[in-house]
Amino acid sequence: MLDLDNVTVRYANRVTALEKASAGFGKGQFVVLLGPSGAGKSTLLRCLNGLVRPSSGSVRSEMGNILSGSAALRAHRQRTGMIFQQHHLIGRLTALQNVLMGRLSFHNTFRSLLPLPRADRIIGLEALDRVGLADRALQRADQLSGGQQQRVGIARALAQQPHIILADEPVASLDPATADKVLALLHRICREDGITAIVSLHQVDLARRYGDAIYGLAGGRIVFDGQACALDDVMLDTIYGTASTPSAQPGPIQPEQTPARLKMAKIA
Amino acid sequence: MSQSQTYATILAEERRGGFRRAALAATILLVCIAALWITGFFDGRRFADGLPALGQLATEMVPPDFGRWQHWLRPLLDTLAMSIAGTVLAVIISLPLAILAAPNISPNGLLCQVTRTLLAFLRSVPEIILGVIFVAAVGFGALPGVLALALHSVGMVGKFYAEAIEHVDPKPLEAARAAGATPLQVITHSVLPQVFPQLADITLYRWEYHFRASAVLGIVGAGGIGFELMAALRLIAYDQVSAILLSILACVVVVDALGARLRKALK
Repeated sequence: MLDLDNVTVRYANRVTALEKASAGFGKGQFVVLLGPSGAGKSTLLRCLNGLVRPSSGSVRSEMGNILSGSAALRAHRQRTGMIFQQHHLIGRLTALQNVLMGRLSFHNTFRSLLPLPRADRIIGLEALDRVGLADRALQRADQLSGGQQQRVGIARALAQQPHIILADEPVASLDPATADKVLALLHRICREDGITAIVSLHQVDLARRYGDAIYGLAGGRIVFDGQACALDDVMLDTIYGTASTPSAQPGPIQPEQTPARLKMAKIA
Repeated sequence: MSQSQTYATILAEERRGGFRRAALAATILLVCIAALWITGFFDGRRFADGLPALGQLATEMVPPDFGRWQHWLRPLLDTLAMSIAGTVLAVIISLPLAILAAPNISPNGLLCQVTRTLLAFLRSVPEIILGVIFVAAVGFGALPGVLALALHSVGMVGKFYAEAIEHVDPKPLEAARAAGATPLQVITHSVLPQVFPQLADITLYRWEYHFRASAVLGIVGAGGIGFELMAALRLIAYDQVSAILLSILACVVVVDALGARLRKALK
């Protein structure tokens, strides 16, 4: 479905964000990229839709090399929705107007200067309905709560009717309870529609719960590639380093993990 | 005691800061006085001679003579039309130039610099000079006035637009790009919606300015009420001059109020 082959990304300031990373993402899978901030998760995700160009290596979709030309890249981006940590909405536009950004690629530039056709607006409203915000369609994005804004961000991606969704720390700016709800929603929708999802997270418990497969990143390298059950404490130490980063990333994340598990038990 | 020593150091430090500020204030004051002196402000005799003349002018200005008001309606309307037309032209030319001149979305660094230089050049030519040039080119009337207003304003409006665009939040731009938007769609659907209130603000301010400026442009023959003002001045009909000035003032008040209301509506 989507393959990263030996990709290295070096930024202009000579920082190597990604080093010889290879990864494959199978159709309909919910894949989690796990790692501390600065591990290269954002860079890897942005390579997958060409927002970041690899210094070397290639990214291939079913249709071939995604960077083979601007038309190919746009076609790839059209079928690939993206969700961002800070939702990337325009605050003074309505939720629906923001969602309709996802329909831009289906029209040429001059057509898109006029209001989009009714069919696109219906798609936009359906997307908002999926995330439970149809009644907020005409409200300004900056008047919504953090969780609602992120759901609008998800709806914008859904409006593209995508085959793939890339999500860059989609729940990092939300409180734990909201984060759980938003991620569950995203997981459910991707399952229902058979969308391939590649989601970066830094919470181990969420990764274990939702990831069909997990890639662990540390220092720009992929250090783990496997299923949630193979993710043991030794592996977590490799991903997060030992207790060298005390408060920012609490090692094996025991304290956060426990309450979430308790809650799951209650629900079950 | 070491504590009193610490206090003394702090106070000495404070005093040094005070000296520096006082020196700066004295320098600024000196420059201001020098400027006034160079321009002849301290020449008492000229004021002594000038004041009675001013008084004479003032008495000739009252009461204002509104007798020819029917002849001013059309020129005032022309001036209003000039200010709107000049603003429209300025906006149409400024927007694409501002997009080229905003370093964050300009397609090319060199083009960005060239556009910025062009805008600076347009700003630096006063509209009254442009007015003289366009009157010579296309003849008397409102048209040269509109062209002069627009061209001068492009330099100003383009710069302000570019600055607004430069400070746009880059995150929604990335989102649009990620959704497969073309570079032009990124501008029309992600940049412009963000800066629209600022652009409207700049445009309305410019319109208000254009109304005042177009009154002056009439003086060089570029149409509108300024033309009437110049005629009255030539005839030394100061009572008519004051009446025209009052009419302009009334219109400026109306235009400014309208601008303020529009600005609020477009927020």
